[in-house]
Amino acid sequence: METVKEKQTKTKSTIKVSGAEAIIHCLVAEGVDLLFGYPGGAIMPVYDELYKHQDKLTHILTRHEQGATHAAQGYARVSGRVGVAMATSGPGATNLVTGLADAQIDSTPMVCITGQVTRHLLGSDAFQETDIIGISTPVTKWNYQITDASEIPSVFAKAFYIAKSGRPGPVLIDITKNAQFDEFDFSYKKCKGVRSYIPTPKPNIGSITAAAELINNAKKPMIVWGQGVILGHAEEELKAVIDKAGVPAAWTIMGESAIPTSHPLNVGMVGMHGNYGPNVLTNECDVLIAVGMRFDDRVTGSLDTYAKQAKVIHFEIDPAEINKNVKVDVAVLGDSKETLGLLLPLLKQNKHDSWHNEFKKKYQIEFDTVIKNDIHPTKEGLTMGEVLEQINIASGQNAVMVSDVGQHQMFTCRYARFKQSKSNITSGGLGTMGFALPAAIGAKMGAMDREVIAIIGDGGFQMTIQELGVIFQHNVPVKIVVLNNDHLGMVRQWQELFFDKRYASTVMVNPNFVKIAEGYSIESKSVSKREDLKAAIKEMIASDKPYFLEVKVEQEDNVFPMIPSGASVSEVRLK
Amino acid sequence: MEKQWFTISVYSENNVGLLNRISGIFLKRHINIESLNVSKSEIDDVSKFTIVVYTTEKWVHNIVGQMEKQIEVIKAFYHIDEETIYQESALFKINSALLFDERQIQNIIKESNSQIVTVSRDFFVLAKSGRREEINEMHDLLKPFGIMQFVRSGRISVSKDVMKISEMLNEFQPN
Repeated sequence: METVKEKQTKTKSTIKVSGAEAIIHCLVAEGVDLLFGYPGGAIMPVYDELYKHQDKLTHILTRHEQGATHAAQGYARVSGRVGVAMATSGPGATNLVTGLADAQIDSTPMVCITGQVTRHLLGSDAFQETDIIGISTPVTKWNYQITDASEIPSVFAKAFYIAKSGRPGPVLIDITKNAQFDEFDFSYKKCKGVRSYIPTPKPNIGSITAAAELINNAKKPMIVWGQGVILGHAEEELKAVIDKAGVPAAWTIMGESAIPTSHPLNVGMVGMHGNYGPNVLTNECDVLIAVGMRFDDRVTGSLDTYAKQAKVIHFEIDPAEINKNVKVDVAVLGDSKETLGLLLPLLKQNKHDSWHNEFKKKYQIEFDTVIKNDIHPTKEGLTMGEVLEQINIASGQNAVMVSDVGQHQMFTCRYARFKQSKSNITSGGLGTMGFALPAAIGAKMGAMDREVIAIIGDGGFQMTIQELGVIFQHNVPVKIVVLNNDHLGMVRQWQELFFDKRYASTVMVNPNFVKIAEGYSIESKSVSKREDLKAAIKEMIASDKPYFLEVKVEQEDNVFPMIPSGASVSEVRLK
Repeated sequence: MEKQWFTISVYSENNVGLLNRISGIFLKRHINIESLNVSKSEIDDVSKFTIVVYTTEKWVHNIVGQMEKQIEVIKAFYHIDEETIYQESALFKINSALLFDERQIQNIIKESNSQIVTVSRDFFVLAKSGRREEINEMHDLLKPFGIMQFVRSGRISVSKDVMKISEMLNEFQPN
């Protein structure tokens, strides 16, 4: 549905504007009202127009361009809209690269706008000139350099269309300074298609019928869903399929929260630190139904021993993912909402109680050996697991959880409980430390009515700690929990298990984080004792302001279960 | 899986930067491009990349999938040698004196089915089109006499079966 604003923009007769002003009109026409960025020489004309159009567009000044990309990602992931980040040429542009790579591998819709030196200086090694098109090519879904102002409307329309259609991804538009200054007759038309690009393959009824037949005849079927369910808005369809066919369903990190944690057939997480049951039973199921996931190596472990006994069905929007890692028996191409919707009436009402019981039995084993000690520990030091459990209780499982990368991320994904979709925001594919703090800012701005809690390690926190400045300046009421073990915990765990405890450069001498937060006037607290934890978390959740909580956790704690790198999913270790 | 020669044909828009995207797909997978040719195709405003690689079918399948994912790529195909008609072109620049002094040179020209493109006082240029082995053979024969310059093009090829590009483009309806 087009909004009135869009219609007006479309039907408005042409007006003479500068390229910089045209960019504002393009963003507004695409429904953008918020963007993140950092000014500099080559993008100043656009910032000047942002200043004049503050009534239409809010610009959030991050403290580093990388922060702008992660904030845009957090915003996009929580809202389902396109995140927008802006930077100047040269170092401003290169600082976007990590966020672009992260958005590319995690299929996040994002448009990045960079300034560029004026056209006649291109290739002259001018001040702050860098070949950002060349640099960003491998980490963007599409990129384009505008050197003429008249290209602006069509390129912006195409950029937003490409970023959000099909399998979403990041797009970068580089705009030379002359194209920002030059005037031209502006008119805007939304992009409806690109002839060389088929965003969503049309579903093939034959393959859906074949999939239904396999599922109907299966004795031990299992679903593994990924982020494709969330990106495709197919949560209800997936739930209906699970319920009707009675299939136990597990999720990848990127798919978490699409189905509530409490759903009786939700059997947990697959992958390296996933749950014991779904990992082991992947190699015992007879039909494996993959939905909107890409068989990442962290999910599959060794491919040579992955689900070899099973018929594999793959529901997927991106044809390049079919047979990329796992050879499938039935590929169902298309948008997951549409394909699952077509599948549903073909499924028999079914139950697989004894098979489902296998998952429950495995869960009990995992509970007794791992989970119990994580969330109800008897040892002295605080565990990350119990912090998550207390957050579940205090937040009513309604919060958006934004995690960074490392042990705390695995604990968050394992123990945070969710009632609604788009609630688990993390850097899944790229594993970008420093993601969480800026992503939480973006997530909060994309869902002001929701509680947003960032869970960060002491290492990752210091990679983008400067973004506390954004929280301070704009009074963004995010809750920040740093699980501090004074180590790069995940690397330390690997050193303990695989490098004979040689802790090379994983010990961190940390500053007083509470004082740093206080420097930004953020209410803050540090706890290190079990008896203080519950009240501290309660106080944090009750606050309607930004809040920083440091929890000093046990230093040498490990995340289990674990599938060692290159091992089979059947070889998942419980200790 | 066994490695073999594949010819990849990529139909695309003619845009700045696309070559970078295409070559990046090989770079990311540490696969060497054996030869590359870019030209116009049988369709107006559509370019055609012809790329030769020596790899496994699993990889070439993966590569072609990644190529088709690129926004400006219309369609990509891969074929083994038996499924295509292909050849390469080469130019040899040779000292003109040899044309008169060495009888053998004239025989090579005749037997190799090559053409003399130009003759000047100092040098003459031979053009030869054909399979890689034929060009190599000619090169080996001429080498003892001295080759002033040599260059060989990338492979160009047409497939025996139909590549349905025009139909695809005609079907496109911006809705």
